[in-house]
Amino acid sequence: MSDEETKENSTSPTEAIETAGPHVAAPHVVEHLELGFWRKYVFSTDHKMIGIQYGITGLLFLLFGFSLMLLMRWQLAYPGEAIPFLGELFGPDRMPEGIMLPEFYNQLGAMHGTIMVFLGVVPLAVGAFGNYILPLQIGAIDMAFPKLNMASYWAYFLGGVTMLTSFFVPGGAANSGWTSYAPLAVIATMGQTLWLFGMVFLITSSLLGSINFIVTTIQLRAHGLSFMRLPFFVWAQLVTAFLLLLAFPPLEAAGILQLMDRLAGTSFFLPSGLVVSGVPLEVSGGGSPLLWQHLFWFLAHPEVYVLILPAMGIVAEIIANNTRKTLWGYKSMVYALIFLGFMSFIVWAHHMFLTGMGTTISAFFQTTTMIISIPSIVILTALFLSLWGGSIRFTTPMLFALAFLPMFGIGGLTGLPLGLAPPDIHLHDTYYVIGHFHYIVAPGTLLALFAGIYYWYPKVTGRKLNDTLGKIHFWGSFIFLNGVFMPMFIQGLAGVSRRLYDGGAIYAHAQGVLHLNEFISVSAWLLGLAQIPFIINFFMSMRKGKKVSDNHWEATTLEWAATTSPPLAHGNFATVPEVHRGPYEYSLPGHKKDYTPQNERVEV
Amino acid sequence: MKEFLGLPLDASAHGTQIDQIIVITHWLMLLLFVGWGVFFIYTLVRFRKSRQQQADHVGVRSHASSYLEVAIAVFEGALLVGFAIPVWSNVVSAFPSEQDALVVHVVAEQFAWNVHYPGVDGVFGKRDINLISEDNPLGLDRSDPVAEDDIATINQLNLPVNKNILIYLTSKDVIHSFGIPLLRVKQDVIPGQTIRVWFRPTMTNDQIRESMAKRYTISRGQIPEGLVLSVAMDGYQASDGSLILEKGDYVTEDVIEQLIAEGISEVNAAPDTPMEIACAQLCGLGHYRMRGTVTIQTAEEFEEWLAEDAEYLEW
Repeated sequence: MSDEETKENSTSPTEAIETAGPHVAAPHVVEHLELGFWRKYVFSTDHKMIGIQYGITGLLFLLFGFSLMLLMRWQLAYPGEAIPFLGELFGPDRMPEGIMLPEFYNQLGAMHGTIMVFLGVVPLAVGAFGNYILPLQIGAIDMAFPKLNMASYWAYFLGGVTMLTSFFVPGGAANSGWTSYAPLAVIATMGQTLWLFGMVFLITSSLLGSINFIVTTIQLRAHGLSFMRLPFFVWAQLVTAFLLLLAFPPLEAAGILQLMDRLAGTSFFLPSGLVVSGVPLEVSGGGSPLLWQHLFWFLAHPEVYVLILPAMGIVAEIIANNTRKTLWGYKSMVYALIFLGFMSFIVWAHHMFLTGMGTTISAFFQTTTMIISIPSIVILTALFLSLWGGSIRFTTPMLFALAFLPMFGIGGLTGLPLGLAPPDIHLHDTYYVIGHFHYIVAPGTLLALFAGIYYWYPKVTGRKLNDTLGKIHFWGSFIFLNGVFMPMFIQGLAGVSRRLYDGGAIYAHAQGVLHLNEFISVSAWLLGLAQIPFIINFFMSMRKGKKVSDNHWEATTLEWAATTSPPLAHGNFATVPEVHRGPYEYSLPGHKKDYTPQNERVEV
Repeated sequence: MKEFLGLPLDASAHGTQIDQIIVITHWLMLLLFVGWGVFFIYTLVRFRKSRQQQADHVGVRSHASSYLEVAIAVFEGALLVGFAIPVWSNVVSAFPSEQDALVVHVVAEQFAWNVHYPGVDGVFGKRDINLISEDNPLGLDRSDPVAEDDIATINQLNLPVNKNILIYLTSKDVIHSFGIPLLRVKQDVIPGQTIRVWFRPTMTNDQIRESMAKRYTISRGQIPEGLVLSVAMDGYQASDGSLILEKGDYVTEDVIEQLIAEGISEVNAAPDTPMEIACAQLCGLGHYRMRGTVTIQTAEEFEEWLAEDAEYLEW
């Protein structure tokens, strides 16, 4: 873009410029408007700082949630044996003489799920990437509601603190699974109350965030950036925001109802005639345990797509950039995405096929489940086909993004038998299910999120992550993730139930596949080791990483038109960009360079 | 494919239909994954930067993928209409009449399966939660005349082979799940609700053990994988003629020592209680040990067992 054009663009008066004040037009003015430490780094209202806050907090929670599983994997591989060195540190209430108690195992299980989903992946995928990248990609100076954005982060933070605190109350943290099925959760120890409070904070955070993303995307797009010119990542975030907005309120209500059952003596989820440990339970009764499941899964199924859609968005960006060509079937991908979002609201009861469902209802939910597999296949196929005809650069982010494709494929395909009711009779609540959804979320979403970190790190810091460490991180993660989750399908097909403290040691039908537990655990620990290069790389590259230009990957979308590490306080672009073309104009015939940014006016 | 997937033995009349769907879906999965995989690998090699300096802006121009997607949708539709829905409606939800079946009540609790048979009169006695005690986990009201002959067991379900079994499931406390992998049965047990599940066992426990029997290579100091909880299917003699291991005895570490000392390196064995009730829904800290056993017997053996248990009621 020539200087003349830049001036032209900046003179086009938009509301954004007016509200943004002087520091949009001239970034160096920012120095004069320098905020204090607290307002700049802690109680920031700038989308980029909030994105970074979400990112760091989310990564820390991912590491923490993962560590919980590393402890559980010891108990599964070597049931009843003391954990060397670490075990005794947990004290006699959790691990007497270093041997894990079933009570503690259940706490770890419930909190692993909760933390990974609500405190790790969603905050990273939506809170971090959404906040940092989305406004840049649509050429906005910030989110529509900066203060709401700050409130969203701090509600999340409080939710996280509440969840962590719950480990230290009498009886420990919540221990009824991340699903918190009533009545078990209602009669559980105090940790469950904190879990519910924590969830109310987290849901509030997501609701504040989602409304912000929707308004921002609809209202603050740069001039010329029509919906069909939006990068696929923005589409993914937009649909995700709708899912959060519409699916979370029922769970918030359900969470409050469960709190009432626990604290105020109501019986929303408690039927009459309960006898716990031989003693009739003194409650009014008349409630329904199934009501909780319906409310929970009405959120939790769309939640699955909240976990996966931003990942698809990231992968799509990186594939277009590293194949140097446009996405194949961009429009069909967008329609598939919207359809997927819509369908995700009417498949929830496929989690409940075995609750005593008749033919009609099960037929309905099986049908919707089969239907929802089609848009997923459309998107995945489009991403595969996008590779054809490209000039594929195997950069570190591209490796992660490419690995996402077959991994998500395995996760999606193993959903097929689970989506049909009869196979569920054998497979429901077995390790097959664990393998299935982890393939979606771990080798799927997590690899995509790492791809995103490697891809956008230069935008955030102005420096590149080290490629050698990145490739070690990639191959280690890729191999050991499969080592962890592939054997779970074998265990599940043999009929081994999930959530067993000893991994199924007392069951005859598990005997033939028990030896896999050790293999899985060792893979999990090695997977932990494989994250060390990433952690080193992440911090080291902030200071010592190779300095790169504003548009290091030679990409087309607007975030690369912003200066590197865009200055804080709502100043993203030296000049507010104007959009002239679609998001992935790579390798246009007759052009000198193989990429044409969205804001480039004249074709050279 | 079924062997490859490692599905456990199926000893029920309806299990084949469930297994069939599992097998078909896995063929579809394999086909799609291999298809995608081959395309993926080929594309990565063919269009790597060093070989393809300049990308083609458009890429694929054929619409083959649309046909493929339609084909998958049609296949899934066929699976749904041709298999999944009929199996659910004609098998899972097609309950036999009570006259035509053995009716048993199973009451789940943390962490046990209480089994309630109606006894000779075929009528279930009244249960009352206020009568629940350690000796009477069902809360069975023995003063009820029809309850006198009722039989109650814990974690032990005896059933006759080749007869429809209709089970009424209830829970005293939290949600459990009544799973019997070898019968392809799994049904959530939800407090406040009575949920039925039915099946017809086609093999007795003896037959199951016969068909699961395998020769295990043994070595000193450890029980090989899969041999834990197993009993011998053959007798084994020491050189002096004394019996080391009788058919039906547990294969323990001690026995393995003795067998090895006698130069025997293989043992033919099968699980002692191959048929198990496994709780499949997290129900608390003892969830992992909420295991019951199922004994499928011939009709005569079952009647004998009932009569034997009825005798205990006399005193």
